[in-house]
Amino acid sequence: MNGPKDNVEKQDWQCCRCKIPMNQGKVKITYMGNDFTIELLKCPQCGLVLVPEELAVHKMLEVEQSLEDK
Amino acid sequence: MDHKQLRELEEKCTQGLPPACTTTCPVHVDAVSFLTEMRAGRFDGAMKVLRKTLPFPGITARICDHPCQTFCKRGEVGGAVSIAALEKACVLLSTAPPEQVSSKAKKDKRVAVAGGGLSGLTAAFDLAVKGYQVVLFESKDRLGGRIWDSPETILPRNVIEEETSVLGQLGVEFRFNTTAGEAVDLDALCGDFDAVYLGTGEYREDLFDLQTTPEGRLFIDPATFSTGREGVFAGGGLRCGQEYSPIGSQSDGRRAAISIDRYLQQASLLAYRENEGPYPTRLFTSTKGVEPLPAVVPANPAAGYTGEEAIKEAGRCLQCECMECVKACEYLAHYKGYPRKYLRDINHNLKMVMGVHTANKMINSCSLCGLCEVVCPNDLNMGEVCKNARGLMVEKGKMPPSPHDFPLRDMQFSNGEMFALARPEPGQESSRHLFFPGCQLSASSPEYVMEVYSYLREKLTGGVGLMLRCCGAPADWVGRKDLFLENRQEIVRLWTEMGKPNVILACSSCYQVFKTHLPEIETVLLWETMNRLGLPPVSAGRSGAGKVAVHDACTTRQEKHVHDSVRRILAQLGYEVEELEYSREKTECCGYGGLMSFANPELAHKVIDRRIGESETDYVAYCAICRDKFASRGKRTFHLLDLIYGGGNSQLAEKKDPGYSQRHENRARLKNRLLREIWGEKVEEAKGFGAIKLDIDDEMKAVMEERLILEEDIQKVIDYAENTGNKLYNQDTGHFMAYHRPVSVTYWVEYSPRGEGFAIHNAYSHRMQIAEEVKQ
Repeated sequence: MNGPKDNVEKQDWQCCRCKIPMNQGKVKITYMGNDFTIELLKCPQCGLVLVPEELAVHKMLEVEQSLEDK
Repeated sequence: MDHKQLRELEEKCTQGLPPACTTTCPVHVDAVSFLTEMRAGRFDGAMKVLRKTLPFPGITARICDHPCQTFCKRGEVGGAVSIAALEKACVLLSTAPPEQVSSKAKKDKRVAVAGGGLSGLTAAFDLAVKGYQVVLFESKDRLGGRIWDSPETILPRNVIEEETSVLGQLGVEFRFNTTAGEAVDLDALCGDFDAVYLGTGEYREDLFDLQTTPEGRLFIDPATFSTGREGVFAGGGLRCGQEYSPIGSQSDGRRAAISIDRYLQQASLLAYRENEGPYPTRLFTSTKGVEPLPAVVPANPAAGYTGEEAIKEAGRCLQCECMECVKACEYLAHYKGYPRKYLRDINHNLKMVMGVHTANKMINSCSLCGLCEVVCPNDLNMGEVCKNARGLMVEKGKMPPSPHDFPLRDMQFSNGEMFALARPEPGQESSRHLFFPGCQLSASSPEYVMEVYSYLREKLTGGVGLMLRCCGAPADWVGRKDLFLENRQEIVRLWTEMGKPNVILACSSCYQVFKTHLPEIETVLLWETMNRLGLPPVSAGRSGAGKVAVHDACTTRQEKHVHDSVRRILAQLGYEVEELEYSREKTECCGYGGLMSFANPELAHKVIDRRIGESETDYVAYCAICRDKFASRGKRTFHLLDLIYGGGNSQLAEKKDPGYSQRHENRARLKNRLLREIWGEKVEEAKGFGAIKLDIDDEMKAVMEERLILEEDIQKVIDYAENTGNKLYNQDTGHFMAYHRPVSVTYWVEYSPRGEGFAIHNAYSHRMQIAEEVKQ
């Protein structure tokens, strides 16, 4: 469920608290007892992540709905 | 509602059952498929349909006594379809070569068929196809029996020979010039063969010593075609006497062959035979609105229909079906089936343990409005089925959480401290009356709640209390019995504390909930009260106000007194009422009922668009949500209170749906205003996240509305981000991005400081949870 490299991701986001740029990293997400590991932009220090809009409203929604119908 | 009950409900839906032409045909020719092929000019295809049920279509098509036509529904609108003449045209127009008929693996059982008429020929054919060794005894030197009485011009003799030659191909042996009972007696037949079929036309006691009826006819069991002697079956002319029917004889031969097969396999002769032979169809077909069309008369009656004439005549077939509910309901039409099929899908969905529950969305998309029950000839209510199914899904933990999460949180909001209120009238200890405006009128038009409450206090004595909260309809609709009962209990507690007043409701859904689930409370809809007490003076003096089309609320479907009250109010206000085709007990849902708009927004739009397309006239609704739903899709719609309190302002019909965020805001403000103005209390300003000021443009508001994101959700994210510092920053844009999960949804907000608050650039959400914590 890797997200597409959309505009949000290309933008230069940095973690406000740690004052460092975000890197691609593995992030665990869960839904209804199912675990997934996906690649997301992540603060290497504090672990703050960025789920891009495109990923949230399309692929994640699709997976959520298919898990709900199981 | 268990699986057995669902199967019983399936039986209520007659769609998909065979139509009258098929059921009244003794051999059940699929006349609709036949006519479908004919109307398309596919004569070979039509011939193929006939061959499926008729062993000798060339003969039958020419001499059939066509009982089907008597029951053809087209008979009610222009005259029955000339099915018999079309069958004759088909065999003449078709150029398809005879199909090769083959029999199953040969069996070692032998059957004697006495009589080569249509019943004997059919029995011999069917038994030979099943693999039995069949010997046919015929007293004459030719096959066909009584069909030779038909004039040669109608039934050419070569057709008889060609059509019956199939029996030889199947291995049937013939004993011509051999009268069964004479040349070979019944005992000998019973000795040489494992079963005997008698199709000799006329019963002669001197030939067969079998049990007879008091009238002296051969006894033949009407269901199994067995005679009094084991292994001996009979039909055709022996059964029907002088009332000869060529198609009936074939049916007898076929049904006797089924019995002989079962007898030889030692199976039950009686099981599952209810629908053999002619029977009345249960399929309901309405001819309402069908244009009458007379039968096509062939230019040359002696020659019958030409191809062109046949196509035209077959085109008169109504292709009988029920679909009454599907025609009336966008939801039932949306899934491309009909209740019988949907009930199977729902049953399957409820039964399955593993795998994808494909009917979940269908079950959750019904508005529960009950129109299907009103239009169904057998009163099948799919809304009740869907509602029960939702309850079972919740009980089993199989209800998907996302479709109902938002409206249930909305209910929680309405029953929380921001809105909920229950007070006796100022200066009164208890209340004889209680105004319960409902959460949606309070959200759409809070000013009318103020107006109506003043009106009621002025008109009624004994104290008019006020209760602001949700009636529990969302929980009821989605099968959340726990939440519903909890809320019901709270309403009863508050109502009891207030001295058990009678309740005046302004929302039709609340009315339905109170009437169904709170029978101990005396309730009345505001419109009835206004009729009884007289309209407020502000509404007077507007004769000739114009015309409005009434949209009745589906939750008052059976409440004729409510429909009448609304119309009487409109008449007093000077409005001419236009009745929509679907009104009163046949009214339609606005797309909100059953929480359809959350489970299936696209379908809800279709439902609304269909409803608002029914008339050009301005609508008037007496349910706040109905009004807002129609207005949201561009239909000029008044609320009844707009016409009472609006001072004739025509613009009120164009008022926008406030949107989910504003609905919360309106409820909260209404409570505060009531507390200040009616009860003289000091109300504190919002603190915490509620105090965060947001600047959101209309485009962003529309995105949030579609994504079910409230301003308070955004405020919570910003509050969290600003307090913890957990946010991202984009140097190029100067925007911040933050996420927060208050309960079950993670909200993302892209924002930047503006003035005393924040400008919102984007907002989205997901239900999946980011498992990793942010290190502090």
